[in-house]
Amino acid sequence: MKRTLGKFFTSRLVGPLLYLVAFGWGMGRSIQMNGGNYMEFIVPGIVALSAMNTSFSAVGVNLNMSRLYYKTLDEYLLAPISSSALVLGKVLAGTVRGLVDSLIILALAFLFGTHLVVNGWFLMVVLLTCLLFSALGVVAAMVVNSHEDMANFSTFVILPMSFLCGTFFSPDRLPKVFGYIIDVLPLTHASYLLRALASGQGIIPLSLAVLVVYATVFFAAGVVAVLKVR
Amino acid sequence: MQIDIIQASLGGDEQIIELSQLAKKYGDVQAVAGLDLKIDNEEIFGLLGPNGAGKTTTIRMLTMLTKPTGGSVLINGYETTGDLSKVKKEIGVVPQHMNLDLELTVWENLELHGCLHKMPRAERQQRMQELLAFVELTDRAHDLADKLSGGMKRRLMIARALMHHPGILFMDEPTAGLDPQARRKIWDLIRKMNSEGMTVLLTTHYIEEAEVLCHRVGIMDRGRLIALGTPTELKKKVGEIVVETLNCGDTEYRFFAGREQALGYAGNLSANLVIREANLEDVFVELTGRRVGA
Ligand SMILES: Nc1ncnc2c1ncn2[C@@H]1O[C@H](COP(=O)(O)OP(=O)(O)OP(=O)(O)O)[C@@H](O)[C@H]1O
Ligand SMILES: [Mg+2]
Repeated sequence: MKRTLGKFFTSRLVGPLLYLVAFGWGMGRSIQMNGGNYMEFIVPGIVALSAMNTSFSAVGVNLNMSRLYYKTLDEYLLAPISSSALVLGKVLAGTVRGLVDSLIILALAFLFGTHLVVNGWFLMVVLLTCLLFSALGVVAAMVVNSHEDMANFSTFVILPMSFLCGTFFSPDRLPKVFGYIIDVLPLTHASYLLRALASGQGIIPLSLAVLVVYATVFFAAGVVAVLKVR
Repeated sequence: MQIDIIQASLGGDEQIIELSQLAKKYGDVQAVAGLDLKIDNEEIFGLLGPNGAGKTTTIRMLTMLTKPTGGSVLINGYETTGDLSKVKKEIGVVPQHMNLDLELTVWENLELHGCLHKMPRAERQQRMQELLAFVELTDRAHDLADKLSGGMKRRLMIARALMHHPGILFMDEPTAGLDPQARRKIWDLIRKMNSEGMTVLLTTHYIEEAEVLCHRVGIMDRGRLIALGTPTELKKKVGEIVVETLNCGDTEYRFFAGREQALGYAGNLSANLVIREANLEDVFVELTGRRVGA
């Protein structure tokens, strides 16, 4: 773990860093968004999306490979541990990675001179986002039966969410139908919450509830998927 | 009826693994088709069979990695459904595919296993030292598993399977791809463990391995058990003496119960021929050889 840590973080961070530089620093300085600086608008979005991306792929891709290719998952399935303990372990590992990445983004944003309010609630929401997408990673890893399909899952589910769920622009600019779809996706609520909190507004209870429900459902689905995998 | 009961009560304590009508279907493929088999306590049992016979599938069902589509398994009296943690403590598994964590060291691989089996730290450390010495990897303890040779990886997998003191060891092709020295080393390990009371169920394609190592062997073909017994019994069954005749480039085998019959048959032939004692390989080929029209 420790040996691959450096490599892992640097490669995962390239994407979000590019967004930060290109959209935020590069073109963002000239754009005003809801009366604020564009940088202040997108940093919470980028934090949300990197929390999602890192946690999902840390768990999903690794666990899928370990199940189908390396067969190291067998070692866990042979051990006398419950499937909820197994899922919890994997989810926490993914969460730690997601948290670290998000914090690095935040730290860099501060270096760029962005003004954000980072309080306990903010960190709570980042944590919850990481938990949620780590759990989704477990489900995908157990259900998807090939490495290519896992890549497809990322392309068709995770990638669109990265761009559309209120990360780079406000979804009310999209046609109504899209708006409804986007409103039920978890990442939308993560970025709404982070943005509200970062700009000093309070918590949005409905969005928080949505995240909690998603996290719980995905975790339960993960436990069932592990039980079903044998 | 009476006799049945007596036999059951005599054999009851002896059998540590019991499969009844065990079956697994993958889509249209019947990988295992209703196996009935009892493995005795403290025996070394070998499963033989051509590629795709269903050996790995059987082992995976016995070790609860795959759910059977029919039949049942009893291991040490425990069902392999419902709460599995009790059964899992009883068994150690060396899978067919190398599945060590290559990013971890030899030591860490064992430690991970110990932790997963909730072994207390002191006991874990002691067991690791013991097993590393047993499989002769003590001096490689802090190397990455990736850096080991194939035979060493195999030995590490055996050590890992033994960490939590299982009473039954499942090994799927434990010596595949190893050189003769490495293979003999693993045979010695298996014999040593067995002499300390371990039941071993292994699969192999090396017939001489089954012959020298296993107390009993079962030959599987297309998901079925087609022969079962000690190597000697099986040889008796097909005939202890073989006459090989070279017939237009194809070797033909005929089996005979004794030398006289074999000589009698050979006397009538004019072709090149060899008369020798049957080995387990002959049994295997005779039983599983898919001759055209057979
Ligand atoms: N996960 C799976 N999905 C679908 N079919 C499978 C799966 N695993 C095994 N099979 C099929 O089941 C049959 C038995 O396979 P199995 O791996 O048990 O054979 P084996 O005796 O171990 O062979 P080998 O000597 O090559 O290891 C084969 O026809 C195989 O294709
Ligand atoms: Mg096999």
